Parts: sequence; C-alpha cells; structure tokens
Amino acid sequence: MKAASFQYYAPTSIADVVALMAEHSDAGIRILAGGQSLVPTMAYRLARPAHLIDINRIAGLDQITDHGEFLEIGALVRHEGFAANRLPARLGAILAHIANHIAHRPIRARGTFCGSLAHADPASEWCLVAATLEAELIAESARGVRTISSADYFRGIMSTALEDDEFLTSVRIRRPADDTLFGFFEYSRRHGDFALAASLVSFQLTAGLMQNVRLGLGGVEDYPRRLAEVESLLEGQSPSAAVFTRAGDLAAQHVNPSAADVDYRIELVKTVVERALQHANETT
Amino acid sequence: MNKQPGQYFGQPLQRLEDQPLVRGQGCFAADISFPYQLHMRVVRSDHAHGRILSIDTSAAAALPGVVAIWTADDVADIPPIDFREGSVEKLAPFRQHILAQGKVRYVGDPVAVVFATDAYLAEDAADLVRVDIEELVPLLSADDAPQEFSPGLLTEATICSQGYGDVEAAFKQAHAIVELDLSIGRHTGVPLETRGAIGRYDAARDVLELHGAAKVPHRNRESLAKMLSRSTTSLHLYEGHVGGGFGVRGEIYPEDVLVLVAALRFNRPVKWIEDRREHLMATNHSRQQHHRIRAAVDANGLLLGIENEVWHDQGAYIRTHGTRIADMTCGILPYPYKVPAYQADLHFRLTNKTPAATYRAPGRYEANFVRERLLDAIAIRLGLSRIEVRRRNLIRQEEMPYEAPLMALGEHIVLDSGDYEGLLDKSLASIKCVELEAEVAARKANGELVGLGLAMFVEKSGLGPTDGARINVDSSGTVEVVTGGASVGQGFETVMAQVCAETLGVAYTKIRVVHGRTDRIEYGIGAHASRATVMTANATREAALLVRKKALTVAAELLQTPEDQLDIANGIVFRPSQPQGPSISLGEIAQRLRPLSPNRGDHIPGLCAEGWFNTDHQVYPYGVFIALARIDPGTGAVIVERIQIAYEIGRAINPMLVKGQIMGGFAQGLGGALLEEFRYDDRGQPLCLTFADYLMPTLLDVPPVEILLCEDAPSPCNPLGIKGAGESGIAAAGAVIASAVEDALGLPGVIRSLPITPHMIKDILRKSSGTPVEMCP
Repeated sequence: MKAASFQYYAPTSIADVVALMAEHSDAGIRILAGGQSLVPTMAYRLARPAHLIDINRIAGLDQITDHGEFLEIGALVRHEGFAANRLPARLGAILAHIANHIAHRPIRARGTFCGSLAHADPASEWCLVAATLEAELIAESARGVRTISSADYFRGIMSTALEDDEFLTSVRIRRPADDTLFGFFEYSRRHGDFALAASLVSFQLTAGLMQNVRLGLGGVEDYPRRLAEVESLLEGQSPSAAVFTRAGDLAAQHVNPSAADVDYRIELVKTVVERALQHANETT
Repeated sequence: MNKQPGQYFGQPLQRLEDQPLVRGQGCFAADISFPYQLHMRVVRSDHAHGRILSIDTSAAAALPGVVAIWTADDVADIPPIDFREGSVEKLAPFRQHILAQGKVRYVGDPVAVVFATDAYLAEDAADLVRVDIEELVPLLSADDAPQEFSPGLLTEATICSQGYGDVEAAFKQAHAIVELDLSIGRHTGVPLETRGAIGRYDAARDVLELHGAAKVPHRNRESLAKMLSRSTTSLHLYEGHVGGGFGVRGEIYPEDVLVLVAALRFNRPVKWIEDRREHLMATNHSRQQHHRIRAAVDANGLLLGIENEVWHDQGAYIRTHGTRIADMTCGILPYPYKVPAYQADLHFRLTNKTPAATYRAPGRYEANFVRERLLDAIAIRLGLSRIEVRRRNLIRQEEMPYEAPLMALGEHIVLDSGDYEGLLDKSLASIKCVELEAEVAARKANGELVGLGLAMFVEKSGLGPTDGARINVDSSGTVEVVTGGASVGQGFETVMAQVCAETLGVAYTKIRVVHGRTDRIEYGIGAHASRATVMTANATREAALLVRKKALTVAAELLQTPEDQLDIANGIVFRPSQPQGPSISLGEIAQRLRPLSPNRGDHIPGLCAEGWFNTDHQVYPYGVFIALARIDPGTGAVIVERIQIAYEIGRAINPMLVKGQIMGGFAQGLGGALLEEFRYDDRGQPLCLTFADYLMPTLLDVPPVEILLCEDAPSPCNPLGIKGAGESGIAAAGAVIASAVEDALGLPGVIRSLPITPHMIKDILRKSSGTPVEMCP
C-alpha cells in the first residue's frame, strides 16, 4: 500500500493547473484536493496517475458564494464548510444536515464538495445533491470554460462528463424558492459509511399540496438520479404517510440496483424514499 | 485472603503506560529502524488454489535498489513453522512453509519476497514479479466433502472428539429432543497496528534480533531458534509498543522468519511492515464453524445429554496453535450447565482460505453462541422462560470445585469456584429485569420489533503451570520488575506495578516494569489466554515478598528494631508504633547492599529477588450478558440499545482496566455478531480487503456497556484470588445479541448464524410476512 511513482505539482493558479492538464492529460493526471478517496486508491495502486496536481495552494477556491440566484461552491470547499451556516436558511440547513452524514469528522475536514463530484462515487451524498437539485458544474481547461448540467454530468460508476484535461473549478446550485422544503434519509451499516441507499427530496406546499417535487436516489444505481415517475406521483398530492408509502413502492419499481444484493437494495429504496419524504414533511 | 481493597489493590489507578502514548512518543513496529536496513515486500498468490508453474523475477531484479528476490528454492533449508506446543505427527504435513512450495493454497499465500533499499521500491519490484499459476478448483467450505490435500492426505486433517457418559441412553429416555443447525462467520481480531518484523544480525556479538515481537516472545524464541538451528541465547526478541494483539498478533508467521533469515544472509537489518490489505488476507482468521447440535431434555427442561457435530474451517494451513481452538470448542461447550452425557466430534478441515487460529475467546465465542442458542430453543420448546431453563441446569455452588470430564488447553477442566445462579440473580436485579420485560412488552404491543437476550458463559483463564519475575531496587529507590510477560496494550505494566507496590510498600509510580524482552529474563509466558494477571502478577507478588523480607531484615539490623515491628510505606522502612522515629529508605538499603559496600555484612549483594508462582489448574471466571435490541424493519438494521455484562473476576487488581477489557471485548463481539465477516467469491477471491468491506464497529456503533463487576468467588488456585478478564467482554456477545434479535423478531429459531446482517433480517421479515409469534420472556 505504497503509491506507485508519480510527479507532484503544487501550482498557485487555475491557469497553471489547466496548462499542466493540457500538457499531461495523455499520461494520466489527477487533481488532489482533499485526497480522501484518491489517496487510498493510489495507496492500493488502483489509481496510478503519472502526474498529481495539488490545488490546495490556489487562493480563492475555498469559498461558498451566494450569487442570489445560485450558490457557487469552489473546488476547495471542504465538507465541513457547510456546517458554518451563512447560507440561505432551508437550503443551508439541508446541506449542513447532509454534510454531517459524510464519513467522519477528520474526513469532513479534508474532503471537498467538488472532489466528491469529480470522483462520482454512486453513494456520494454530494452527487445526490447535484443530481436532485439544479446544479451546474464549471469545467475549465486550456480550451476554455464550459458549464455541464448535472443531468448530463454522470455517465457511470465513477465516470463523468469531465474530460481528461478539465478541472472542475466550482459547482453552482440554483437557489430554490425560499419556501421549499427538503428531506434527506440514508442508510449505511455503520455510521459514516457510504450509503447503501439515500434519497433527497424537495417540494413546496401550495394550499397544502406538493408542488415542484424533486426526488433523487443515490447509492443504488451506477449514479444518482431523479425519479421522474415518483415526482409525478407526488406532484399535486397532499403529503401523508399513505402517499409517502406509495412513493416508496413506486420508486422501488423503477430502480435497477447495480449491487449484487438486488432484492435487499430494492427494499431499502422504499424505506429511504419514504423517510426522506417524512423528513421533509416534518420540517413544515 | 484479604479481600479489602488496598492502597493499590482494587484501585482504578491511571495507566503508567499512557504518558508516551498520548504524547505521540510510543514506539511501534513501524517506528523501529536501523541504519543500512533493507525493506522486504511479500509477493502473494492471487489464486486461492493452484500449482506454481514458474516465477519470473527478472524484471523486478533489474530495478535499481533491488538487492535480492527469493522464492521457495532459496529457503528450502528452513523447515515449516511448527506448533507451539510441540510437533504432532499427524498434523505436521499441513504446516505452512515460509514461501509456498509448488502449490498455493489461499489468496495471500507468500510465493516470493523482494528485498530493496526502499519500501516503495520494494513494492514496485514486487508488482513486477510474474507468477504463473495453473489454477485448481478451490475448496471453500468445511461443509463440502474433503479433497486431496497432498498425495495420500485429505483436507480433513483430523477429527477432534471429546465426550463422556451414555449419550445414546440419554436420547432414548428424552422427553424432547431439540436440534439446531448453527454457524459462525469467519472474522478475526484486527488490531489497528498491523504486524511488523525487523530482523537484525549483530555479527560482532553473534546475536540475531527480532524487533516487533508481541504476545509470546519467549515461546517464539524457542520455536525460531529451532527453525534457524541457533541457540536460544543467541536469538533475542524485543517487544515495543503494541497496537492491539487479540490473539492474532505475535504468533510466528512466514514474514517473521523471512526477516531473520535475510538479516543473517545479508548481514543487514531487514524491515517488513504489513499493510492493511495484506493484513486482511495474511494474518490469522478465526471463528468459522458449523455446528449441528442436539440436546435431550426431560419434561422439566433438564439436560440429559448433548451431541454435537462440528465442521471447523481451518483455512489453508495449520498454524502455530494446532487444533487448540477445536479442542477448546468441544471442551468448554457444556458450561455453566450440568450435562450428564456429552459427545462432540469436530471435523478439522482445511480449505483454500486464509489460515485460521486464535482470536480473543477462541472456541468460546463459538461454543457460547451454539450452547446458548440451544438453551433458548429448549425454553421455547418446553414453554419455559429463558431464565428458568438456565437456572434449572446450572452447576450449583455446593458442587464446586466441579471436576469436568473434559479437557481445555491440555488440562482437565476443574471449575474452581463460583455461584452461577447467584450471579444470574444479581444480574437480573441490576438491570431491573421485571420492569425491563414490562417495558419491552409494552413496546412490542406498540408494534416495535424489540427484544431481550440472555446468555451465560464460563471463561477460562490463567493457564499455568509456572511463571517467574525478578525485582530489583536501585539506590535511588526505583523498583524494576522484570517479567516474561507481554503487553499488547492491556495495561500490563500498571497491573504489575500495582501488585508490586502493594506487596513491597512503594508508590506504584516508582516502579518500572519490563516485559517482552528475552534478553532480560530467560523465561516467560507472554500475554495470551487471559493469563498475564493470574500468572505474572502472582509471580511478581512472590518476588516482591522476598524483596520485602530482605529489606526488613537489613533494616531491622540498622534500626535496631525487631523485623516484626517494621513496615514499609512509600519506599520507607519505619516503625509504625513510632512514626517519627528512625527510618530508612529502600534506596539506602539498596546502597548498603551493593557488592562493594562496606556495610553489606554477610548479605548477598543487591536488594533483589526472583519469585516463582506455580499452579495446578486454570481458573474459571464466568458471566451473564443481558441485551436489549431493536430492529428497524425498514432497513433490517439491528440496534443494540442496552448491554449489561455481569462478570465474576475473583479479585480485580485495577477495576478500571478490567472494565476497559470488558468494553473493548464487547465492541469486538458486536462486530462479529452484526458486521464483521470475511466473504469470498466462488473462486476463493477474498471480498473484504479494505475497511470499507470488512466492517468493524466504531465508537459510534457500540452502545455504552453496563458492567457489573463481582468479586464474590475468588479463585482458590492463587493467593490473590484472581481470575482473568481479557476475553470476558467478547465471550458471549454473539450469543446474547442472537438471543435478543430473535426475541425482537418474535420468530423462534430464525437466528441460526452470525453475523446477523440487515439483509438477513429483511429476508426473515419478508418470509414471515409480518406475523410475529409470541415468545416466552
């Protein structure tokens, strides 16, 4: 468990990063932000990048910026950065709540939001957030800057739309209406493990009926996604235990678990969807 | 025997060991380095079973900095690793060579070693070693028919049997026969510090050294000296800080031998530090057994006889313990109950998995699970409460000492002392069982899946027959206790210091305890089988009594006072009747006893003594576990809400450390009950080689452990009345959690295996279609 040999760089600007990536993208190049997934993978020699770019010396990437219409999360914002709550009330509260489900405190102090998205573990909480809410990913390269919608971003297990020479500099989350309610539930066998199933839901209540329902599921399929069928079922309904159970059942019918324990995962889907909805309803 | 707590006995004193550990000044195996050292990397088999066709080391050897690469031919002169308790002819062919000869038998089997000037480089080179293996069909279950191990030998190495009485007659006259098919998963002790071994040859003194030793340095020295054809006096083992042992660390493995052979041949220090991935495939596994047990009972639920057939999954080779776990499983299984007729037959079978050996409470974790499942099943069958069926079958206080016609660790079992029913009653009272049962009933009525579990067990501890210690007081008054014990993190130094302090009359902080070093004392038993406090503490007491006697004799002359009017406190000999009168410190006495001291008189030089403690029998502590568990029907998760462990310790030298042992043991037991399992695919590839796949409970996953520590039945086998504690917290953890989960499900007989996974619970809930059956409390 000693990493294979690699060349290490510690640039101080985004321009330097993208220049290095342009130069070495064919030889295997990785960005080191928090390193909480990458470093163990390198130690196991499952990842053997020839070049490693440590971005921790680049100033200004560690900010969450409230642009009014959206929040912009820089490439060095750590998981624990969401705990310090200067974000819009309900969105900030759910992001802080979710951050606390990520691994353990030392990991939260190092690992980053954008790093989680670049790594794209199927069970990553932040990937579920990006998939469920409206997120845009900002990828820079020597070729320029482009914006990738979260709907187009995930391609498979730990596989994304990022090109080998692209650096994910920030992620923008569209700020939902202030009366939006959020709910989240995940299950893992131990505290802090990657979830076996997780669900994030958001909706508004208009005259007691659910509107603009977004319901995402993570940890079960190759990557997190919204479940359109379940959203349609819930849209316009009055929230109730019976409706939530129906939503869970419907979700279970529309998932294709990639894990070996298919039956178990499908049952878990019911539970996490139902409980995420309950969680949202309890915040009213 | 004085049961009163003393100034040091029975006190929850802080650990002497902690200062360097909490300041980052500990010295673990990886912290040890010597100038000019080489790093060793093991090339391991990627196949569970196969024939080695060729090993190509040319690319690896070409890397600059690679000094040598060895395969089996290079170490053909080294015999396989032997059993600690001596050779057993029948089992000898199943021993492991330090590098695989001709065949590989598990994923992780060492096939070659690389020596290089840098650890990274050694790993780079190991990656380049090409091992061509013709894959053979692996044998992955002890339940499957035995295959050929080698020409003329089957993978069923032996059958271990123990028994007595007329079992057939017992079953003939039975009112009911209860039969269960039970299994325990493959898991093991996983110390946070992986193994490490640093070999060093000092040619100037012709001494070979092994650093990174643990657990049993003296016994290992004997085995290693024999393997390497050296005298024991020219081979020394050194134990530094040890980050957990749990039975697996400190046994002799191929890597320990390889660094020694290499240090000798290269005349350079050779360092090997195991990584986590290696650890999970190379260090001993444990526990995996399948039991088919039957009990014959009369109409009152009294046991008439037990018959048990066991399949023990030993893995690829038989390591240093031989069949010890198997023998222990069969020997300890009936207790604490009286079983008039008993027969256990265990198929000791090799498979193509990591070899298995002892892990904290070996044989007992398994046997306790099996026996207590059986008692629960009998209770259900006869409509008795789980408490009552146990109460009726317990061995009674007046029957102690109870001579059992079975063997454990090569000795006849004699249960030395105990009031099993008394501890059961104390345990039930302490947890307020009546109220708790009512609370559980109310929650069940409210639709919750919640239940109570009960498990009783008898531990064994303090295997003799003999241990010694040497105590010396220097002229500063500092006391050095030299033992052949070992510290795997359990607080060994503190406990020995407490015993010496109390006996001799010095502050425990003035005592330095030496352990784990073969160059300081000729013999030692190390730290295993919960024996250090029983054996080494009693030996320390013997030595301290002799030093005390000598100090008083010398002081009596100097102070012109009869010996029997003197006492020692805080290292000062004084006359209690005249506290302000003349006194002398132990340091001054030591000064006068120096060989060249003009005041020494006829005394033998030195304020020092060697003491020995002998015992005929092990001691048998015992305990009662009660658990409250809840099931989340949505996820299948088991949440242990409460756990109470009542434990009879005889006498606790340091109750804080005893409680620490119990809590830590329970955490591991919970792991084996709910989380930890080495899984393999159908080609024998291990699926749990990281901490993301091999799930150990963290602090967040373990409930607070309520401990009821009792000192009601001191052992008559040693003057301090001590019984061991090291394995108590884990012993019946699997048993009690299984009992509580089954009660929570309300479905008798559904929990038949460990670990109990959420997946398994969901399957049970789906199949039962939500119709719980009422169980007796």
